[in-house]
Amino acid sequence: MQPRTFTVPPPREVFRVGPVVVTETVVNTWLIMAVVIVVAYLLARRLRRIPRGAQMVLEMIYEGVESLVVSAMGPGRRGFLPYVGTLMVFIFLSNISGLFGLRPPTADLNTTLGLALITFFSIHYFSIKTKGLRGYLRSWLEPIPLFLPFNITGELAKPISLSFRLFGNILGGYLILGLVYFYAPVLIPVPFHAYFDLFVGFLQTFIFAILSMVLIALAME
Amino acid sequence: MVDGMDPKAFVLAASALGAGVAMIAGVGPGIGQGYAAGKAAEAVARQPEARSVIIQTMLLGQAVAETTGIYSLVIAIILMFANPFIRLL
Repeated sequence: MQPRTFTVPPPREVFRVGPVVVTETVVNTWLIMAVVIVVAYLLARRLRRIPRGAQMVLEMIYEGVESLVVSAMGPGRRGFLPYVGTLMVFIFLSNISGLFGLRPPTADLNTTLGLALITFFSIHYFSIKTKGLRGYLRSWLEPIPLFLPFNITGELAKPISLSFRLFGNILGGYLILGLVYFYAPVLIPVPFHAYFDLFVGFLQTFIFAILSMVLIALAME
Repeated sequence: MVDGMDPKAFVLAASALGAGVAMIAGVGPGIGQGYAAGKAAEAVARQPEARSVIIQTMLLGQAVAETTGIYSLVIAIILMFANPFIRLL
């Protein structure tokens, strides 16, 4: 008899369209998008001037994100609020989707690298936009031209460290929960879920958003 | 290669050892995060009214300090569950 061993399957292939393989990660991302769209539509359909019930929760979330953006980027950069808010809602729901028995989309490097690349391109886009092309190119040679290779390495390290931090944390939590479920499937996983899904999930959302904002704000100075 | 040894077994054993050795990197973030938490405790003791800001700063710094540990975790996970060396045999 083959001994029972613990393995971690990569994201399952759900179906494929021609050469494009659609994995569990993509399907779960669609599910989260659907949930966000439906919940946002239902809750924002009838907004009242004096909030109550679900609208109160919605406004609390909005104000939390707003104060975060204002404290990290300054009051003049409120325009980043929609991006940061979307980022946080998506990453948080992805991170806690393990609670509902889904494989978290953020436990796949493709998702996190995609998110980090959005931030990476925003950094350079807004840097060019505020400093002009000349100022942007000069920023590569600061403080002295000898630093060019270090600046290039530093810039390339940003999306890698952003994406690997989120990916490693969530995949690590997913693996440990898989191990716990493998050996003790009843009741024991509950505190592990609270820590790895809720606490780490929220913390990593927060970190990803704050770091994205700080990096973009730094590039704009 | 040692005579009479299955090369696959050797690669698997070396990979398992490598995964364990990679996780030694966990020492660094452990020390760093503990130091940050200790400093935060001192700061809260000195200025209890700035508690929420201190905790927020501490968590942010700790998450950044954690990065190196996460890199080693990723390498250990790759060695254990997506071993690239088995395919070379």
